[in-house]
Amino acid sequence: MGYYAGKYDVAVIGAGHAGIEAGLAAARLGCKTAVFTINMDAVGNCPCNPSIGGTAKGHLVREIDALGGEMGKTADECFLQMRMLNKGKGPAVHSLRAQIDRRKYSSVMKHKLELQKNLDLRQAEIVSIERFNDNWKLQTRMNAEFECRAVIIATGTFLGGKIYIGDVSFESGPDGIFPASFLGESIRRLGISTRRFKTGTPARVLKSSVDFSQLEVQTGDEPPVPFSYDTEELGENKAVCHISYTNEKTKEIILKNIHRSPLYGGKIEGVGPRYCPSIEDKIVRFSDKPRHQLFIEPCGIDTEEMYIQGMSSSLPEDVQIEFYHTIKGLENALIMRSAYAIEYDCIDPLQLDATLEFTDYSCLYGAGQFNGSSGYEEAAAQGLIAGINAALKVKGKKPFILDRASSYIGTLIDDLVTKGVSDPYRMMTSRSEYRLILRQDNADSRLTPLGRDIGLISDDRWKRFNEKQKNKKNEYNRLKKTVIAPSERLNEILVSHETSPISTGIRLIELIKRPQLGYEALKEIDTERPSIDPNIFEQVETEVKYEGYIKRQEAQIEQMRRLEGRILPKNVDYSSISGLRLEAQEKLNKIKPQNLGQASRISGVSPADISVLIIWLSQQKKD
Amino acid sequence: MNSTTIAAISTAQGAGGIGVIRISGDDAIFIADKVFKGINGKSLCEYNGYSAGFGYIYDGGEKLDEAVALVFRAPHSYTGENVVELSCHGGVYITGQVLRAVLNAGAIPAAAGEFTKRAFLNGKLDLTEAEAVMNIISAQSKTAARAALSCKEGSLSKKIDAISSCLIDIAAHISAWVDFPEEDVPEVEDEKLLAAFEAAKSDLNALISGYDAGRAVTQGIDTLIIGKPNVGKSTLMNLLSGCEKSIVTDVPGTTRDIIEETVLVGNVILRLSDTAGLRKTENIVEKIGVERTKQRLERCGLIIAVFDGSLPIDSEDISLLEKIGDIPAIAVVNKSDKGRLTELDDIKKYIPNVVELSAKSGDGLTSLVENVEKICGTGNFNPSQPLVANERQLLQVKNAASSVDDCISALRDGFGLDAVSVALQDAVDCLLGITGKKASDAVIDTVFETFCVGK
Repeated sequence: MGYYAGKYDVAVIGAGHAGIEAGLAAARLGCKTAVFTINMDAVGNCPCNPSIGGTAKGHLVREIDALGGEMGKTADECFLQMRMLNKGKGPAVHSLRAQIDRRKYSSVMKHKLELQKNLDLRQAEIVSIERFNDNWKLQTRMNAEFECRAVIIATGTFLGGKIYIGDVSFESGPDGIFPASFLGESIRRLGISTRRFKTGTPARVLKSSVDFSQLEVQTGDEPPVPFSYDTEELGENKAVCHISYTNEKTKEIILKNIHRSPLYGGKIEGVGPRYCPSIEDKIVRFSDKPRHQLFIEPCGIDTEEMYIQGMSSSLPEDVQIEFYHTIKGLENALIMRSAYAIEYDCIDPLQLDATLEFTDYSCLYGAGQFNGSSGYEEAAAQGLIAGINAALKVKGKKPFILDRASSYIGTLIDDLVTKGVSDPYRMMTSRSEYRLILRQDNADSRLTPLGRDIGLISDDRWKRFNEKQKNKKNEYNRLKKTVIAPSERLNEILVSHETSPISTGIRLIELIKRPQLGYEALKEIDTERPSIDPNIFEQVETEVKYEGYIKRQEAQIEQMRRLEGRILPKNVDYSSISGLRLEAQEKLNKIKPQNLGQASRISGVSPADISVLIIWLSQQKKD
Repeated sequence: MNSTTIAAISTAQGAGGIGVIRISGDDAIFIADKVFKGINGKSLCEYNGYSAGFGYIYDGGEKLDEAVALVFRAPHSYTGENVVELSCHGGVYITGQVLRAVLNAGAIPAAAGEFTKRAFLNGKLDLTEAEAVMNIISAQSKTAARAALSCKEGSLSKKIDAISSCLIDIAAHISAWVDFPEEDVPEVEDEKLLAAFEAAKSDLNALISGYDAGRAVTQGIDTLIIGKPNVGKSTLMNLLSGCEKSIVTDVPGTTRDIIEETVLVGNVILRLSDTAGLRKTENIVEKIGVERTKQRLERCGLIIAVFDGSLPIDSEDISLLEKIGDIPAIAVVNKSDKGRLTELDDIKKYIPNVVELSAKSGDGLTSLVENVEKICGTGNFNPSQPLVANERQLLQVKNAASSVDDCISALRDGFGLDAVSVALQDAVDCLLGITGKKASDAVIDTVFETFCVGK
């Protein structure tokens, strides 16, 4: 039997990237919060790549920051190298990525949790979750029992975790930390169905055993740009990455040993992410490709471990050593940790609604890999939303839902809870139909007012935000008002940028609008330019240049929001609505969309079905 | 409020006396004003709500019909939006033409139940109405499902699949290149993109231009048989339709009204109108017939001009030939059984396609059929060729083509691939909308099937 150990408003199971944001948000919103971690030294662990951000993920980090989350700030504090990816491919797809010191990231995050008011960080393995009156009861391995009003499950790859390296397999969480072996069964006893997903990570090698002399170097941006709108001084890049490639010999060794892979041998049942294939996957599926690229990335400042991005594998250790050694620069590499695949329990996210609460279990939330996603940033984004909503629910307030047009976070969650997943879900820019509006440069304009409403934006930051918005507006007006007279120098500049010279005065905004020009090109003649946050110039230039496209997307958003505004009641048996096609009835019963907009995005629900729902809805109102 | 403007024929399809085309949305009045010219010269935009005007419907410069326009201003209308109802002459053909004009002016076709849906969204419908409409919609969705099924197997969907899969491949390439910038995904080259967009555009345009030929086969062409009295128009019509329909006598002017008949000529459906002769007359009844014929002349798709081959061309024939202008036409030199006095070259100056025929005996009919097929562009028409089936699909294809145009201009104007890829996804959405699939999933699936990306 257990002993009574206390009561919390919100309990978070797991202190990874999802659990951290969930716990911090709930505590900051005034809820008495517990964050349970299976190992106190694994808080905010980065068991895979030592980096935060990247394409579309960088957008998520900026959005988390704009709403008052922690990931961006901590990444800034622990960064080793910053790169803005996709420069030259259009402002909508610029994405920031930081190489980080992973041990430092973990300890900084842990410390922030420790310092957070209303938050208790506790080491405990949760082994069961049960209903207890109207609340939930969590029991630990040591028989402590906690009564909690709301619970957020953010178990990552720990839940039923099992590691595979060739013929060897054992129950384990990431990085050799022990797994959560009992909670999965308890969750299933509640009636929630789980499934198996898998992911993998490459080997870490000793820096001094790598020959960097022949390798291509990848340096950071100068000057580096921070994630957080709070970070004022970032400092300099502290490390570089290196690039190398697999070759015919690598391929030969892998193919010769492919039968020893647990995946190809049929031992792993879990579904792996399509975008994160192991090296053996790449070689089998893309056999005509002569080589595959890989990156050698530092894991931190005071460690000699190097992460070999692109080389995840679940082949036996002896095979790993053999094929790693075929790669230029790694001929004599000492493998400090082997690559492995890890399989874990997660849920079908169609069981959740857009607040990340289980549709059928009040006050129970899921976040992160548990929901079938993948990636630190995707996890943190969900953690933040689940934490906010658990707190709002406990306080009896209206839920907080971000729609697809507001953010990548909203798109991520809508995709999860509306479309479901068939493999671990990764954010991509092409997943957002509104990506010309949802840029990483304007995350604060889009979301900080919402963060302020919830209560996660401090007065000081709110003041700076408003200041910046005012400056932005003024700058836009300045561009509209300022007339530039033709001059020899101006026309020289115009011609050198391959755009037509002018013979009469022209408004500055018209010049900025030209695709060939921008703030940088016009620096010399734009003498009245104010000294304001350079991010403002970035936003204004994009919005001026893309005005036509942005207007069109805004019109699409307006249409979408009309349907989003029509809320569908929670407890509907759609099979009782006459007029709905059978397929639509089944899908609607499974997904339980919150509004007509979400219903219309479900594959198998036709416009005619939507019309039926509209009519049915208004009948309900009248009754 | 910000709603797109939709339009549909809202009276029952068939030969009713009056047909109503309903237009609803923010721009309803503005769009209606583009096709409707009131006889009082006042723009519909100046009308108050609940007011009506009389005038004519135009498609471009072409007068289609006379009509009454009823203007409703939001929120006081059936849908709660701005609404214009154009009441014109009934019948599938005229109402179809008027709808087409309205769509050309900027409205989009309303989906099944869409007016009702909007009425509901704006709180305009009561419970009794709701129940009635619900039954109709559920019946419609069954029909639509059947239609989609048959369309799925058709060649249109194959063609569209081909175009969209080509566009999806490009979108996937851009997506892989953008979302995995540090993988060695081959760079997306502007020239290759342009070439692919141009190819897609020309395929889409072919579908659009095939629409009219397709209509000729599936829905028919409005065809007018004209000629002086007693040249044998009615006999020709009877020959084509295979039964006696018009009153045939030797007294000029017996056919006073337009008689409609749908006939299959070769592989072309012609909706024939046998008209009163185009001649000056003081007979009041006949005069009305002549007036109508003139109006019909202005808006038909094909003219069959009939001449009495046993007589030389006279000034009345010439004035008739002059009226044809550039409407597609075939000249039938009739009564070939009576010997020929007509100089064919006199006619060929106006109408290059001349057929000698005896409507009475049927000699020369084959030649007429060949000419009809030739002129309707259906001579080589292959029924298994992709064919855009209706206005809604046509609009989807047109929208896809215009999005592909946007891709091309975004590229040419030096915008980033982000702008190109958004327009591209719009195009794919339009095309997949026809066959009922969803776009972004298709693009992402293709990324992972085609490119070796990921850490």
